[in-house]
Amino acid sequence: MTTTAPATVEEVVARYEPVIGLETHVELGTRTKMFCSCPTEFGAEPNTQVCPVCLGLPGSLPVANKAAIEATIRIGLALNCSIAAWCRFARKNYFYPDMPKDFQISQYDEPLCVDGYLDVEVEGKTVRVGIERVHLEEDTGKTLHIGGATGRIHGATESLVDYNRAGIPLVEIVTKPVAGAGTLAPEVARAYVTELRDIIRSLGVSDVRMEQGSLRCDVNTSLNRPGAEWGTRTETKNVNSLRSVERAVRSEMLRQASVLDAGGRITQETRHFREDTGDTRPGRSKEEATDYRYFPDPDLVPLAPDPVWVEELKATLPEPPRVRRERLREQWGVSEHDMESIVNAGAVELIEATVAAGTSPDAARKWWLGELARRANEAGVELAEVGATPAHVAELARLVDEGKLTDKLARAVLEGVVAGEGSPAEIVAARGLEVVSDTGALTAAVGEAIAANPDVAQKVRDGKVAAAGALVGAVMKATKGQADAKTVRDLILSRLGAA
Amino acid sequence: MTDVTKATAAELGRMIASGEVSAEEVTRAHLDRIAQVDDRVHAFLHVDTDGAITAARKVDEARARGEELGPLAGVPIAIKDVIATKGVPTTAASKILEGWRPPYNATIMERINAAGMVMLGKTNMDEFAMGSSTEYSAYGVTRNPWDLDRIPGGSGGGSAAAVAAYEAPLAIGTDTGGSIRQPGAVTGTVGSKPTYGGTSRYGLIAFSSSLDTPGPVSRNVLDAALLHQVIGGHDPRDSTSIPAPVPAVVEAARLGATGDLTGVRIGLVREFSGEGAEPGVAAAVRDAIEALVKLGAEVVEVSCPHFEYALPAYYLIAPSEASSNLARFDGVRYGLRVGDDGQRSLEEVMSLTREAGFGPEVTRRIMLGTYALSSGYYEAYYGQAQKVRTLITRDFNAAFEQVDVLVSPTTPFVAFPFGSRTSDPYQMYLADLYTIPTNLYGGPAISVPAGVSEGLPVGLQIMAPTMADDRMYRVAAALETAIPPLTPPALTGSNS
Amino acid sequence: MAAISREEVAHLARLARLAVNETELDTFAGQLDVILQAVARVGEVAAADIPPTSHSIPLTNILRDDVVQPGLTQQEALSGAPDAQDGRFRVPRILDEEA
Repeated sequence: MTTTAPATVEEVVARYEPVIGLETHVELGTRTKMFCSCPTEFGAEPNTQVCPVCLGLPGSLPVANKAAIEATIRIGLALNCSIAAWCRFARKNYFYPDMPKDFQISQYDEPLCVDGYLDVEVEGKTVRVGIERVHLEEDTGKTLHIGGATGRIHGATESLVDYNRAGIPLVEIVTKPVAGAGTLAPEVARAYVTELRDIIRSLGVSDVRMEQGSLRCDVNTSLNRPGAEWGTRTETKNVNSLRSVERAVRSEMLRQASVLDAGGRITQETRHFREDTGDTRPGRSKEEATDYRYFPDPDLVPLAPDPVWVEELKATLPEPPRVRRERLREQWGVSEHDMESIVNAGAVELIEATVAAGTSPDAARKWWLGELARRANEAGVELAEVGATPAHVAELARLVDEGKLTDKLARAVLEGVVAGEGSPAEIVAARGLEVVSDTGALTAAVGEAIAANPDVAQKVRDGKVAAAGALVGAVMKATKGQADAKTVRDLILSRLGAA
Repeated sequence: MTDVTKATAAELGRMIASGEVSAEEVTRAHLDRIAQVDDRVHAFLHVDTDGAITAARKVDEARARGEELGPLAGVPIAIKDVIATKGVPTTAASKILEGWRPPYNATIMERINAAGMVMLGKTNMDEFAMGSSTEYSAYGVTRNPWDLDRIPGGSGGGSAAAVAAYEAPLAIGTDTGGSIRQPGAVTGTVGSKPTYGGTSRYGLIAFSSSLDTPGPVSRNVLDAALLHQVIGGHDPRDSTSIPAPVPAVVEAARLGATGDLTGVRIGLVREFSGEGAEPGVAAAVRDAIEALVKLGAEVVEVSCPHFEYALPAYYLIAPSEASSNLARFDGVRYGLRVGDDGQRSLEEVMSLTREAGFGPEVTRRIMLGTYALSSGYYEAYYGQAQKVRTLITRDFNAAFEQVDVLVSPTTPFVAFPFGSRTSDPYQMYLADLYTIPTNLYGGPAISVPAGVSEGLPVGLQIMAPTMADDRMYRVAAALETAIPPLTPPALTGSNS
Repeated sequence: MAAISREEVAHLARLARLAVNETELDTFAGQLDVILQAVARVGEVAAADIPPTSHSIPLTNILRDDVVQPGLTQQEALSGAPDAQDGRFRVPRILDEEA
């Protein structure tokens, strides 16, 4: 069997057609929980953002959060869904300690939004991913496992439960099965989740951070022989990054193909993606199938969104990210490839705001994708959280344009901005970079020194940087030693294009 | 001084407001009465002596400051143990909640406190309000003050018995299938189930969420209306609470007390006439209806063809919801935990805890409800029961096009001896034959004393359309003018 | 014919997390059978075109504004816990889902 095991997706698709499906959970960024008025901020002490409702205390009752309903309807509209005229919450009954009521309030056969689609671009092709449903439910608490290896449930001797996250609104977005993607199935899965993330981010209803769990994804995969009925699918959980979405589909395709090639059958099961090995492992098989005994939650009354309300929400939808990207790409005059880099760096909004503050698209792109992206990468943070704002970058670019900063000095200024030392102008002043920026005298002295020593200047231009010392000396002399020697040197090198 | 424990709540409120008697004196008199008789009646699971006296003193102090007191300020009240009371033990008469002190108050408790009423303690009940005799309490039975060898009804037997035995002038009950009205009938007291959603369920430990309704227990109709006025009205913490003012129940009770029912049309449900009621109960109810006619009411027979399916539908809907509502009692966050020996898994500990913590009737209903919701059975049982619920509602709507209220016996039989219906669960369920249709429909209904049979009280049930609670108070108060008050004999029967 | 078997009762007990012993299984099986035969009468009603009623009072869209209200302190939250540790509810080991 190992001899026939396929090594690539191309080999798999030569014999089988993949069908994928994605179930995505998005934690909404509402101020309060789904069914009670507890706060939702991250990082609080355990069990301090709880009340009788989200602790499931006897007698407590849920009341739905209007902002969460609105956010869900907006997501549904952005995904081209129909909004249900009437629907109910249902209880999903099963016992688990992170669920305070031992049932989850969810939606079952009456989701809030149904039957939409999302177009995604993969290798220049547009693929339409059907959306089956968008519904609203409540999140569970967090369980800490003690006594096992590295906090895993396996081998743990006891567990500790914190209900601060219990009851956070969770939107579930389920695709229709996506067939026909062939070898591109893994990329389609990734592109879908990426596009979905961008849309939800543009709506401002969630921070959609996969690494923090505010966007989670389960991937369904099946294979069938061409022309045959769809195969048995597996559900892969624990897929925690965009890259993992792609890897999980690829690894399931390869695994299932090798099972089928060997004459085996695919078991309908839940599997867990493993980040370290890039493959999936089966979950514990239960002795009997879970029966969730869904029924309409009698504690909550039906939702019947008024069409006028839905229209009002529709009017709040921002331009779809895909349309917006294309518009900005044209405005900025960048190639599709460059635009992709901008998107992947999370720089679209930042560049847009910087341009809006008066900077040229090229300069804005240069700073955000260059120096700032490098620093964000070093610090391991998102570009938007690197410490510089579009206003900072716009100010910096202006100083450069005005000749008050060289690129090199501007980078030093950015270092100060990132370090939180203030605005570029403040840093220029505080770091003593003002000699460059505020005196025509220094610039003039540099110009004079270069003019007076053309031979030396030519050496420097030719790459003999050490020769610049003579020019620095001349400038220092001309400025009576009041200039910063390093600044002067930088200025000379910069002027001579040797920086 | 007169014995304040025999006074009505309205009288007590007036006397306290006028300074004729202090709230503390009234409270102490009732605490004394509890101390005297409750070892025989066992209406209370917990008596909050200190809390009661503190609350009473606050009322007296407020009066001393010249503050105006509400009509029930300083009046003592007993609370069914299914209502969450902050810092005061709340068990729903179950071992699984033994020792639990809620960190919050039910909405109706906040309203009771805000009205200056004085909580005496928590009353006994069938575990999680599942039963019709209070025999399913995990903490021993409550005895009927009319005959200590007989049941006080259920599930709210403790609240009804406390009021009947003059341990409290008022009490709170909860009614899911008759748990306020049937105990009222068999103890000769008034039990009122408001319109579903007319009184908040926030803080009521859920049995069946779509049916549970808290309401007043009293010795006369006006007192019930006064308490209804205090606890009723919209609560934003309960999604099913009706956003409308309380119907004018107090005015209706006063209007009814004039004894004039001219122009009021009363419906008799044809399908109830042949069924179930003991001859003595049927006779007392007939007499009560004749009394209503003498007061000017017109009697019309109406047909409610689906009422015969109410009991089966109820015993699918209520256990289904209960199976889900009671899942949370798992030994993780509060209450009992059994079998945590450091070896067993959480799953085993949960199962052992629930087995040890729930009594047999609760276990039975959880299993019944789990079955009715299971895949493969849902449509035939739960789904079909909900359709029957629609048909019963249509029956009510059609009937209320012809009449203002419907009347029937509250329960088919008078208080029965302990143990006579526990061996066959379904025989116990029949006690709620007449009360259940209203719960499925959601409308209000009240049980008022209608007479006696074999020396034991019989109740007349008056049912009204949803949010027309005032109508039933009017008719009930009118009947009160024609029926001599039922006073239990001095507590008799075996004593232990 | 019995409406419910002993095995089905055992399955229900597992679903509902009730550690019912063998003797009780027999008792409950008998009792549930009687009750189920009685309540199965709902099936006699022709109701194919009848909508189900989940809520007796027809309210819709009862929603809450997204405004934080004070909840419980950690101490209050844990006050009823059978076992607590480090501000959290302690539970015995959970059977794991991953193999």
